[in-house]
Amino acid sequence: MAQYLLSVHSVEGEAAPSPSDEEMQRYMEQIHALEDELKSTESWVFGGALHGPDTATVVRVANDEVLTTDGPFAESREHIGGFYIINAEDLDAALAWASKVTAIVGKPIEVRPFRAVSGA
Amino acid sequence: MNGLESAPGLDEAEVGRIFRAEYGRCVATLIRIFGDIDIAEDAVQEAFTVALRKWPAEGLPPNPGGWITTTARNRAIDRLGREARGRELLWEVATRSPGNDDPGRTEEVGPIQDDRLRLLFTCCNPALSTEAQVALTLRLVGGLTTGEVARAFLVAEPTMAQRLVRAKRKIKAARIPYRVPEDHELPVRLPPVMAVVYLVYNAGLSSPTEPSLCSEAIRLARILESLMPDEPEVAGLLALLLLTESRRSSRTMPDGSLVLLAEQYRTQWDRAMIEEGQAIVRRCLRRNQPGSYQIQAAINAVHADAPTVEATDWPQIVALYDQLLAVAPTPVVALNRAIAVGEVHGPADALALVDELNLDNYHLFHAARADLLRRLDRRSEAEAAYARAAALAPTKAEREFLVLGGRASR
Repeated sequence: MAQYLLSVHSVEGEAAPSPSDEEMQRYMEQIHALEDELKSTESWVFGGALHGPDTATVVRVANDEVLTTDGPFAESREHIGGFYIINAEDLDAALAWASKVTAIVGKPIEVRPFRAVSGA
Repeated sequence: MNGLESAPGLDEAEVGRIFRAEYGRCVATLIRIFGDIDIAEDAVQEAFTVALRKWPAEGLPPNPGGWITTTARNRAIDRLGREARGRELLWEVATRSPGNDDPGRTEEVGPIQDDRLRLLFTCCNPALSTEAQVALTLRLVGGLTTGEVARAFLVAEPTMAQRLVRAKRKIKAARIPYRVPEDHELPVRLPPVMAVVYLVYNAGLSSPTEPSLCSEAIRLARILESLMPDEPEVAGLLALLLLTESRRSSRTMPDGSLVLLAEQYRTQWDRAMIEEGQAIVRRCLRRNQPGSYQIQAAINAVHADAPTVEATDWPQIVALYDQLLAVAPTPVVALNRAIAVGEVHGPADALALVDELNLDNYHLFHAARADLLRRLDRRSEAEAAYARAAALAPTKAEREFLVLGGRASR
């Protein structure tokens, strides 16, 4: 068993027109069903959606001083909109979960293996 | 072992040839046992060194593949046993797969029939880039050295070594599985494996320095066909390669320049390969589950049947291209269909079809147009099309051929 990060990537300014109430409700139902499936198969470790990059703050050490700056770290238009951490037998299994996520959220999912497997 | 009998002709090159033939099977078995590609490769390399010393003096063992696998496995166990991390791994292996795969067992280890198939699917996992898939397949399943793979793709050896290292690191870190996909996954997972084999063949076809890639691709196709006898497209791929290969030596002149299908000496075509390819095509037809490789093989089988260009069953070829266009609706297929239409209905009809295609950057599009324009006696347009084709041609042989075509049309 290994752990994988499934991150949802959004591109600023490429947001689709805001969904109708029914669309939003269907979306939430699908997400909940997927998360239930992750939990019932013991694949779930953690997951969640993030607020936008304009809510981000970066902390770093410069000249032995801790510097706090407003805004996201990466000066890119692409940001992580949310993520799951899952347990999966191998990459094929992780990619199968990622396929389900991308089918629901309509955004690309990056799948990366964790270096250390904890508690597996 | 044959004691101390001399082994005439068993020199280094012959040992190397046997190793290349057995390499994929041995590495695949060891990867299954140890769960690690690097350990498997190093161990087979060590076994090769031992064989180079022993075989020429003692003779070929009765089952060279089994000897290599067993020797490599024992070497790997010895080496792993000397370090703590290795002993841990041996313990993991022993507890994970008790029984037949136990590396502690000393008798000869045999391959499980699916080992090479597992390895092929690992090498061609869609999580790896096509370049990495091709390189890994040639290195691990085909047994080519890193240098040979590098030369085949005109890449510097360190670059190719780096590409292989990166791909193997990803397989390990991301846990790309070592297994044959389930039946329901095959429609997605089998095409990249076939595409890699086809790519290797075409690389051999367009590279006059590495024609061995063609036979390598045929060997891979044979392996795949023997391991997946129920997949008609795999059989179709093998037939396509055999039928294409049957004409390879007559495709070029001794100086490397190209010869058109129409002008090839058909008596030079390899009859044995044609017969084998055609027999596979007939079996595919009986199965009646057509796919793009099978249809392309069938088109080649029709060409191989004809003693001359004029005697070719062109209506049959047009019908097959219609089928191919239905399963693979690409402009290149449409171009080839148009050329066949030209043989049935004449160059004017063909040109009308060709001119509808959006293939302006493809040299064969301009070459086909040039040929049709020449046959319609539209000289200056033909000349311009030949020039455009020559400018776009990817190989020197094709460029020279097209420049000559342009001169001939004057």
